[in-house]
Amino acid sequence: MEKIRVLVAKPGLDGHDRGAKVIARGLRDAGMEVIYTGLHQTPEDIVEAAIQEDVDAVGLSSLSGAHMTLFPRVARLLRERGMENVLVIGGGIIPPDDIVSLKEAGIDRIFGPGTFLKEVVAYIEGHVGK
Amino acid sequence: MSLVEDLLAGDKRAAAKLISLIEDGDEEATEVIRAIYKETGKAQTVAVSGPPGSGKSTLIHRLAQAFRRRGKTVGIIAVDPTSPLTGGALLGDRVRMGDLTADEGVFIRSMGTRGRLGGVSAATSDAINVLDAFGSDVIFVETAGVGQTDVEVAALTHTMVVLLMPGAGDDVQAFKAGIFEVADLFVVNKADRGGAEAVAADLEVMVGMGEETGWVPPVLLASGLRDDGIAEVADQVEAHFAHLAESGGLEAKRRTRVEREILGALAESIQARGLALRSGTAFSDWVDRVLQKDASPREAAQGLLETLGPEG
Ligand SMILES: Nc1nc2c(ncn2[C@@H]2O[C@H](COP(=O)(O)OP(=O)(O)OP(=O)(O)O)[C@@H](O)[C@H]2O)c(=O)[nH]1
Ligand SMILES: [Mg+2]
Repeated sequence: MEKIRVLVAKPGLDGHDRGAKVIARGLRDAGMEVIYTGLHQTPEDIVEAAIQEDVDAVGLSSLSGAHMTLFPRVARLLRERGMENVLVIGGGIIPPDDIVSLKEAGIDRIFGPGTFLKEVVAYIEGHVGK
Repeated sequence: MSLVEDLLAGDKRAAAKLISLIEDGDEEATEVIRAIYKETGKAQTVAVSGPPGSGKSTLIHRLAQAFRRRGKTVGIIAVDPTSPLTGGALLGDRVRMGDLTADEGVFIRSMGTRGRLGGVSAATSDAINVLDAFGSDVIFVETAGVGQTDVEVAALTHTMVVLLMPGAGDDVQAFKAGIFEVADLFVVNKADRGGAEAVAADLEVMVGMGEETGWVPPVLLASGLRDDGIAEVADQVEAHFAHLAESGGLEAKRRTRVEREILGALAESIQARGLALRSGTAFSDWVDRVLQKDASPREAAQGLLETLGPEG
């Protein structure tokens, strides 16, 4: 009985993780196993935790504007550690202009404010093991 | 089987992948466990149980740091309940263990209970085996709360640490759930708050009663939050292991654990094969007979059990 495992992390310095928690609960309610790692995670910690937890996807949330450095770093470290099959998705307050460069940097999908949880669930279900 | 070789060489990715195979009930898992089983039996295993929010993860974080300072590598398995309705689980224990992730000598894995056929114990036991073979010197298992799960996990581990906190009336709850009988060590956590001494005094009275193993569970005060009293807890965890080694308790524990492992695996496979019968005609014939009051459900089960041959 396989289950989708998702790591939800909140890199960066801002102290708001309500959004990340809402996503974590939503994914749980959709039948996934969600590993929630809390605030202030470094990209190195996130990737190490993703390895130990053997997750199918990593969900990153950022409100601080640090996404342009932190998200690509997570994607790059995952590739370097042989975890290129892990889906990387991002959310939070991310200007549309940044989305293109984030995609180029290996983030598979960015969900903006107002995204329905259903969309996130469907995306993960459709793309794990990419 | 390069995953096995990688695991024995200390590769964290291999350990993680093997635990996933076990959790998914993959057929390969049986083979893998067989291959690594000879390499198990070296680790000291410690269960940490206690009511939700009593500070289990925080305490394990501190204990892990203490054992790292004593030159040990550490494995942590944190079990949280799976929702029976959705099958999902929110595994949040890593939040309290953040800075251990960067430590090369620590491996942390979160597991959902997943409503397994043989209870949590089969998968947890195999995950312990993986971390044991991987080379963790001390393995902590955080369990989902107070109840049957904890009693099961106690049978799989050398030392059972039970956490209580002031002002929650947990002592009574733990008493009811049968946790008292399996506790080797009590920690009244959150001792930075008032009332911890009173809980400890109550406990002392209860644990003083009737121990025949030569080990009276110590009652310790600690604060995971403030990192107070942790060295004493670590000392007592080591003392309990030493006591087991001297008293022949280690051998007895090993036997109990193997019995549990076999019974768990047996229950799992019988139940799986029983469930598989559901699609067959013999099963629906029995259902019809029971509906016609021609047999009882128990007789039907007996009849079906006899049809389970030696091959799966
Ligand atoms: N005052 C005080 N608070 C503590 C102590 N240890 C933990 N806490 C707090 O208690 C809360 C729960 O701590 P956890 O370590 O997550 O407890 P847990 O038993 O693992 O919780 P679950 O896994 O959810 O059952 C957190 O807010 C901790 O900061 C302590 O020694 N003193
Ligand atoms: Mg916990």
